[in-house]
Amino acid sequence: MSLDLLTYLFIGGSFALYIGIAIWARAGSTKEFYVAGGGVPPLANGMATAADWMSAASFISLAGLVSFIGRDGSAYLMGWTGGYVLLAMLLAPYLRKFGKFTIPDFVGDRYYSKTARLIAIICTIVISFTYVAGQMRGVGIVFSRYLHVDINTGVIIGMAIVFFYAVLGGMKGITYTQVAQYVVLILAFMVPAFFMSMQVTGHFLPQVGLGATLESGMSVLATLDQLSVDLGFAEYTAGKKSTIDIFCLTAALMAGTAGLPHVIVRFFTVPRVKDARTSAGWALIFIAILYTSVPGVAGFGRVNLIQTINGADNAGTEYATMPQWFKNWENAGLLGWNDYNGDGKVQYAAGTAFNGSKGKPAFDGEARGEHGQRAVTNAHADPKAVNGAPFANEVYVDRDIMVLANPEIAQLPNWVIALVAAGAVAAALSTAAGLLLVISTAIAHDLMKTIINPNISEKQELMYARIAAVVAICIAGYFGINPPGFVAQVVALAFGLASSSVFPVLVMGIFNKRMNKEGAIAGMVVGLGSTMAYMIYFTFMGGAKEDLFLGISTGGFGFVGMLLNFIVAYVVSMMTPPPPAEIQEIVENIRVPRGAGTAHAH
Amino acid sequence: MSTNDNAQAYWSENLRIIITYLSIWFVVSYVCGILLVDQLDAIPFFGFPLGFWIDQQGSIFIYVGLIWAYAASMNKLDEKYDVHE
Repeated sequence: MSLDLLTYLFIGGSFALYIGIAIWARAGSTKEFYVAGGGVPPLANGMATAADWMSAASFISLAGLVSFIGRDGSAYLMGWTGGYVLLAMLLAPYLRKFGKFTIPDFVGDRYYSKTARLIAIICTIVISFTYVAGQMRGVGIVFSRYLHVDINTGVIIGMAIVFFYAVLGGMKGITYTQVAQYVVLILAFMVPAFFMSMQVTGHFLPQVGLGATLESGMSVLATLDQLSVDLGFAEYTAGKKSTIDIFCLTAALMAGTAGLPHVIVRFFTVPRVKDARTSAGWALIFIAILYTSVPGVAGFGRVNLIQTINGADNAGTEYATMPQWFKNWENAGLLGWNDYNGDGKVQYAAGTAFNGSKGKPAFDGEARGEHGQRAVTNAHADPKAVNGAPFANEVYVDRDIMVLANPEIAQLPNWVIALVAAGAVAAALSTAAGLLLVISTAIAHDLMKTIINPNISEKQELMYARIAAVVAICIAGYFGINPPGFVAQVVALAFGLASSSVFPVLVMGIFNKRMNKEGAIAGMVVGLGSTMAYMIYFTFMGGAKEDLFLGISTGGFGFVGMLLNFIVAYVVSMMTPPPPAEIQEIVENIRVPRGAGTAHAH
Repeated sequence: MSTNDNAQAYWSENLRIIITYLSIWFVVSYVCGILLVDQLDAIPFFGFPLGFWIDQQGSIFIYVGLIWAYAASMNKLDEKYDVHE
């Protein structure tokens, strides 16, 4: 069967499955809409959490990122998994015992303050929106590459599907579709990973394969180091970032992961406190299957990419004989080539190939060059080989195509390629749905019901939740079609906000009985304010690299913001009166598992 | 023992468990994975430099183990103090 037909079949089949589940699991009450009725088994919740958490970024971008930055990619691997340890031990069981629907519920009640609740609502909405924009973009990329529709049509199809099951099914529909999406996405990631590991190393498991020795007698990692150095890149296994920067980045990603609203809310859906703990364990197992395979996929992909482009003799490959995937991705605008030395061969080395931001090519419409390649308008006037590379770099490869292109580069069968496309869509849709639900809950439950008009009926609240979901989907779709040019930075902002505001305020609310509303509000304002100011100044206002605080990059500053939050909150709370007795009682109560019951509305 | 004392004792044992597991978490992630990583890289480990392996795979396996060990410890503690559901 042709690739197109297979892709339609895989994506169409998976969509039919999601819609079927959505109809089967419609939500009838607000409790079903917000927390799936509170009766999700821990194993299913673990799978749903894994699908919720592993977004287009984990599925599509992470292996590409590690592939291109090597050692420094470790911060993301550890940060995005180690956060679950914090979540399982410091937050999930207690928030489940508290037994309401949302983070603003907890913050508002625990700190007996509308202001605190409002700050929590704003954080929730901002974090979730910044995150969801990237997901819709991921759907668009997959559709445009594999279904030959333009990105906008792809985004609109994705919106329609999410609309169907998020708006109809609420949390209940989302939970069970996420279970199905997890299965699709993990198969789609692991099948090519097994194939590639087998091809490159003769070992089935990529976790083992990365440590294997190749026919040449060198290990995979030593080969990667060698290839990288020969072409002027830094050694694959050596880090470039400073130790303090990596430390802060890892810590900010961990605390940010534990503080992400769409992940936390998943733990409100299990029946008992005990289930919240085990379901975090299941979630991390399901996540670890993908995350521990990422380094292998990244490494094998890198070897394949370099050897395919530069050929066995490391002198380049003639454009005319380049495999089809190269031209496909060039047509999709994510690869670019300019023949600087005029030998008709494609050569890949360190250095930027083009004169754009991050070396991206600017294509001259549909115009073609002498070998049939897409013509570019921003070629370097004076290309140079860097760091002792044998030639100047002629190729731009977008990091995001690594996972999607890997099966093609490794010449795997067509059904694997179609499966990967379906998996990428599943990863993006499952995360988008979880985020949209959090946004609609924050608006209908926290804003409309709790702050603006407590007298609305359950039916009205449910209607507001559905309207909010529709509006949120439209806004997300808009960002998918007109992506802000700074998606990566914006996602860093989401983690920074979560680690500097949500995470500390929740931890203090549980572990420090003396913490009062003055302390919590002051802490959130300082943590949030300092982190946002730092990120905005250094990302958008041209702050110089030399001025970074202790050399900590914007992604890592969320950790500093978190420390500031803790310190300020503690000092302010000591100078102001302790919280009222009934609040201290709430804290006593959430510390003991018995009597959790199911999540309740009031 | 009054209920209040019981709750206090439960909570302090709970804190001790959390501190134990989070210390392991910290040592693996930050001491081995980041601060001492250059020293550990000198040790070969199944074809990986040890530090690199901890960074990119070992730490994740240990996190999974930690959460399950924590859940088991807490289940036992809940029964000991009779606060389980």
